[in-house]
Amino acid sequence: MSGCSDCGRCNSSAVVVEFPSSRTAPKTVAVIGPPNSGKTTLFNRLTGLHQKVANFPGVTVEQHTGIAALPDGRTVQLIDLPGVYSLQPRSEDEQVAHDVLTGQRADTPKPEAVLLVLDSTNMARHLMLAAPILALGMPTLVILNMGDDLRSRGGRVDLQKLSAELGAPVALISARRGEGVDQVFDFLAGAMPKPSPKQLPVLQDVPKCRQWAGHVGAQALYRAPAPPKWTRRLDAVFLHPVAGPLLFLAVVVAIFQIIFNVADPSKDAVDWLIQHSGNWIAALLPNGLFKSLLIDGIWTGVGSVIVFLPQVLLLFLCIGILEDSGYLARAALIADRTMAKVGLQGKSFIPLLSAYACAVPAIMSTRTIENKRDRIATILIAPFMTCSARLPVYTLVIAAFIPRRPLVGWLLSARAGAMLGLYVLGFLAAVLTARLLKSSVLKSGRTPFLLEMPSYRWPTFSSLGLRLLDRSKVFLKRAGTIILVVTVILWAMCHLPYTNGKPPEIANSVAGTIGRTFEPVIKPLGFNWKIGIGLITAVAARETIIATLGTIYGMDPETNKEGMQTALQHDLTPGGAVALLIFFAFAMQCISTIAVVRRETGGWKWPILQFSYMTGLAYVGALAAAHLIH
Amino acid sequence: MQLSVNCPQPESLPTSLVDLRRGDAAILEGIDLPTDDARRLMELGFVPGMQITAGRSAPGGDPQVFQVDGSEIALRRETARRLTVRVKKTGKLNQTPRA
Repeated sequence: MSGCSDCGRCNSSAVVVEFPSSRTAPKTVAVIGPPNSGKTTLFNRLTGLHQKVANFPGVTVEQHTGIAALPDGRTVQLIDLPGVYSLQPRSEDEQVAHDVLTGQRADTPKPEAVLLVLDSTNMARHLMLAAPILALGMPTLVILNMGDDLRSRGGRVDLQKLSAELGAPVALISARRGEGVDQVFDFLAGAMPKPSPKQLPVLQDVPKCRQWAGHVGAQALYRAPAPPKWTRRLDAVFLHPVAGPLLFLAVVVAIFQIIFNVADPSKDAVDWLIQHSGNWIAALLPNGLFKSLLIDGIWTGVGSVIVFLPQVLLLFLCIGILEDSGYLARAALIADRTMAKVGLQGKSFIPLLSAYACAVPAIMSTRTIENKRDRIATILIAPFMTCSARLPVYTLVIAAFIPRRPLVGWLLSARAGAMLGLYVLGFLAAVLTARLLKSSVLKSGRTPFLLEMPSYRWPTFSSLGLRLLDRSKVFLKRAGTIILVVTVILWAMCHLPYTNGKPPEIANSVAGTIGRTFEPVIKPLGFNWKIGIGLITAVAARETIIATLGTIYGMDPETNKEGMQTALQHDLTPGGAVALLIFFAFAMQCISTIAVVRRETGGWKWPILQFSYMTGLAYVGALAAAHLIH
Repeated sequence: MQLSVNCPQPESLPTSLVDLRRGDAAILEGIDLPTDDARRLMELGFVPGMQITAGRSAPGGDPQVFQVDGSEIALRRETARRLTVRVKKTGKLNQTPRA
């Protein structure tokens, strides 16, 4: 019976694919649909907590796989493919979708069937994707999602006629409410017929595809629903020439407040938990190398990263609410013109805003930017934004060198002014770098900016919860791997070589030797070897320099009686202090950021380039400061 | 490239999408962009022959939202300028797009 589905005339008997009887190899089914079709909501419904997120190897496309448990106890592996409008492999997303569906990706098994998710309220246009999918000849269930919206807005469709026209089973569901999801399970559990559409258009010809979709819709007596009333009403406010930008600002300020102020107590709580659990474990262990490694090395090092988890989760909660409700698209629209001035686009705004808290979640959130070049440019400039890890360093140096006196009357003290200046400096560096990148290597002026405005919807708890769970897993996995390794290496370098059963003085340790070897390089900036070690350890995370300097000053008999600030005043000239601040404003001292950039850009090219550029800029900036200020 | 385009009405004028004011409806005639970009626009509903209604915009009028084929898509002016349309009616909101 092979080839039967290709002729397009045979639509009487469907070809039945044998269900694999072995329980050990669950069959793989791909979930595909255009963006905003509710594909991920359905995927979450079907798989619940049994899902994992990874990147497809070699590309930046995220791969969600999950296990759906069928009512009869069998399981099916589901692959959630990226949202695409067509299978023409032009973007990376489309390439991945195309390759997975045609079995051309070695790392992913070829799916045995397809769940095609379409928005029933926009069926005529979304059906265009059905043509290339049905042409693959794989068993396909056509899922018309958002059936509740279709009904309430007075639209309708004859499922029997649509099914006959497409030659494939059709289900009208609401993934958000869980209506009709059992039909999807029935399809997965049953004998899955190969599709036998009445006719298919020429796939390369978009107008022909649209005409075909319109014809199929008409045959299925499809009546488009009335325009979404609430969306129009809300847009009248959110896109109002005056109220719109004001509300946008209010949203921005609210997010800023949440990730700075609301997150702080939770950060302190996690910090407290880590310190006390560390002390508790330390009390149980005998003194020695192992205890030092576990407590001073691993517990403190990895712990200093885990304290950011509440902040990361709060940020993703905010982004999740904005995205799921549909406001994010409006925010991107409002921000677009401003962002266009530096060569970026509206969707870069939220990631850059969140980079003020931490570049790591910010870089992870650039996934909402479809344009690859814009996304990379956003990733590259995000670490210039003054993240919260720079704050402790700025606070310490400013307190040590800038006197407490008013700068602009009672409005602005000199210290607050210096802090503000550093924020502005980071922002300017980001803007200028963006301009530079977008006018050279990442030029993408020819790709038009397209932004679909989805209807407003209430975000659901389950979808937000799953999102946060996903992000926590990704975050903790990194803390448990890369950061753990770096911490252990740093600890070892500070405690070796061992002489007479004792760790060496810090100046003679491996780290100290490296610091002193490295000293000539940083001497022109006004830094000595102690600051040098701080700079090296700060590559792991910026605030590590404080802990490192604390240790070094504590071990050094010259400074161990003094406070941190006094010791710093001995070590740095005012010019050197400004140089240090500028160095921290520009340098990419954060192993987590480097790791996340590598992950998100799919290779070492961009993180190496970014690290070199930022370090170079930091060095030149610090050098200039050290020579101009005496 | 044209689908069933209505016979030109006497008052209709060829113009570009960027000239539409909020609430104006027009029929898309052509897309003057490289093939890949034109395809992307067509996949989003900007197929010649389709009715487009101008909607709200960001402050300053750029980018602007257009209602086309049951969805709302925002385009920058530089892109909208490349889409030639034939004006159908003016000043009437909530036109349902033709399928």
